[in-house]
Amino acid sequence: MKIAGKAWKFGNDVDTDAIIPARYLNTFKPEELAQHLMEDIDPDFAGKVGDGDIIVAGKNFGCGSSREHAPVAIKGAGISCVIAESFARIFYRNAINIGLPIIESAEAAQGIQPGDRVEVDLTRGLVRNVSRGEDYPVTPYPEFMQRIMDAGGLIAYVAREVGRNANRGLAPR
Amino acid sequence: MTMAEKILAAHARGVHEVKPGDLLEVEVDMLLANDITGPMAIEEFWKIGVDRVFDPERVALVPDHFVPNKDIKSAEQAKRLREFAQQQGIVHYFEVGEAGIEHALLPEKGLALPGEVIIGADSHTCTYGALGAFATGVGSTDLAAAMATGWVWFKVPPSIKITYRGRPREWVTGKDLILYTIGAIGVDGALYSALEFGGEAISRLSMDSRMTMANMAIEAGAKVGLMVPDEKTLQYLEGRAQRSYQVYRPDEDAHYAAEYEYDAGSIELQVAYPHLPSNTRGISEVEDIPIDQVVIGSCTNGRLEDLRLAAAILEGRKVARGVRAIIIPATWEVYRKALDEGLLRIFLDAGAVVSPPTCGPCLGGYMGVLAAGERAVSTTNRNFVGRMGHRDSEVYLAGPSVAAASAVTGRISAPEEVVG
Ligand code: SF4
Repeated sequence: MKIAGKAWKFGNDVDTDAIIPARYLNTFKPEELAQHLMEDIDPDFAGKVGDGDIIVAGKNFGCGSSREHAPVAIKGAGISCVIAESFARIFYRNAINIGLPIIESAEAAQGIQPGDRVEVDLTRGLVRNVSRGEDYPVTPYPEFMQRIMDAGGLIAYVAREVGRNANRGLAPR
Repeated sequence: MTMAEKILAAHARGVHEVKPGDLLEVEVDMLLANDITGPMAIEEFWKIGVDRVFDPERVALVPDHFVPNKDIKSAEQAKRLREFAQQQGIVHYFEVGEAGIEHALLPEKGLALPGEVIIGADSHTCTYGALGAFATGVGSTDLAAAMATGWVWFKVPPSIKITYRGRPREWVTGKDLILYTIGAIGVDGALYSALEFGGEAISRLSMDSRMTMANMAIEAGAKVGLMVPDEKTLQYLEGRAQRSYQVYRPDEDAHYAAEYEYDAGSIELQVAYPHLPSNTRGISEVEDIPIDQVVIGSCTNGRLEDLRLAAAILEGRKVARGVRAIIIPATWEVYRKALDEGLLRIFLDAGAVVSPPTCGPCLGGYMGVLAAGERAVSTTNRNFVGRMGHRDSEVYLAGPSVAAASAVTGRISAPEEVVG
């Protein structure tokens, strides 16, 4: 899967309340959530981002609540990938589970500047800064996460497992 | 093995020993979702191709964030949760009138037990670590998958041990110890790790205070915040525990990625300034900060001990003019006991408002949302930008005694300023 887009940059510890404020959690529709993406950091953000754009951030991106609405809002806004120095644990799981590509790379997160054109090759594990002619090393996904991504997210993965067990006459537990 | 490793090993398929970094399929003892994360999990659940949850006795569904319904959309979400609970025969569904904030409710109902693996679609599920459970927050999709299968994927976290020596000072509670710790190690100080809290000061803390501490483990990025069960834990569980359970202790030679030690006796009351829980100061270093609102409640500090501390300060006193004091007992049981003990009358006479159990203002939902430029002292766990309302409002986190004292003086204050 190849990804290319313009970079939008954020700092350290971007929390899930910043990504999607709790006052909008009375829905889980991606397109409704996307309208309020990053609203308390930059009220115009949702209007500015283009399809395929990339969010680049510092340490501990997605800290705070477990709300899956956060990666869903990001994906719903057309963001193709999030690159950060590190991610909060639950956000990391959630993003993988819903099929939002995320990449942990301190070099990329620091090297990429606002507005840079960035290309990502997930299969080869490559982040290229087209604007600056730089390549960055990427931490590969753990193998089981790769399997989940390959299946198209956790639900598809589990559906397959459940089906397989049913065929063998085994209960899921 | 550490405590986290032992519990995971006991629940993992096909292994007996685990080490940090291992990937495990882990059987879960209890699953939890609320009115915000539940509807999304239910939507995903139906895509899996099963028609029943793996065990209707092991799924708890708790409407608490926006109930009693704050608006039409919230009402629709709560309805989805209720209908799913009915249709699936979910045993532990708690309706308004018997419910409360999930993380205060589950321990109280004896549904979170030592040695168990519990996942909840809510980050503060780590609260049950105070009872010795490996309890952690996950997303709605993780929860949906686990509702169908009864298992979840985990990577074994490295463990970090934090020891609190000595005896906490007067007024100091678990809230101050944990705020101090987050201030010391930072909001990513325990990222991807399991915290293990121990030491003399922890043994001295009440169960309420221990739950406050474990509750905020996530605020340091931790996966869980564990405490080894002791006499107090077992006493708390007597007459509550709804299942048999097993107590796990870390091995003598367990390996920790890091160890910290603090002298609890030197930790004073803490306040976390906006906009991070790690932005902490001792109360003696807090400047003159006028406030508009005080919130005492939440899964962090809405338990009986917290209300008693607040009442000790508010008794016979008045909330300062121009300040709104909102007190939210975390559960029906806490509310009922506060009533029986006369705490609610103290609050009302002081000029505070007492809300039924709800998350409400903790996440800026309702029942105390802040306007632009307003400032609150809150016993909740997060003070991110916009957490309690407008993006230009401010939340200062503190324990119940500082919150109550601040309500009386109208600026952030130590309890000694009020009670002498
Ligand atoms: S009280 Fe606050 S932190 Fe606790 S579960 Fe509710 S919203 Fe979350």
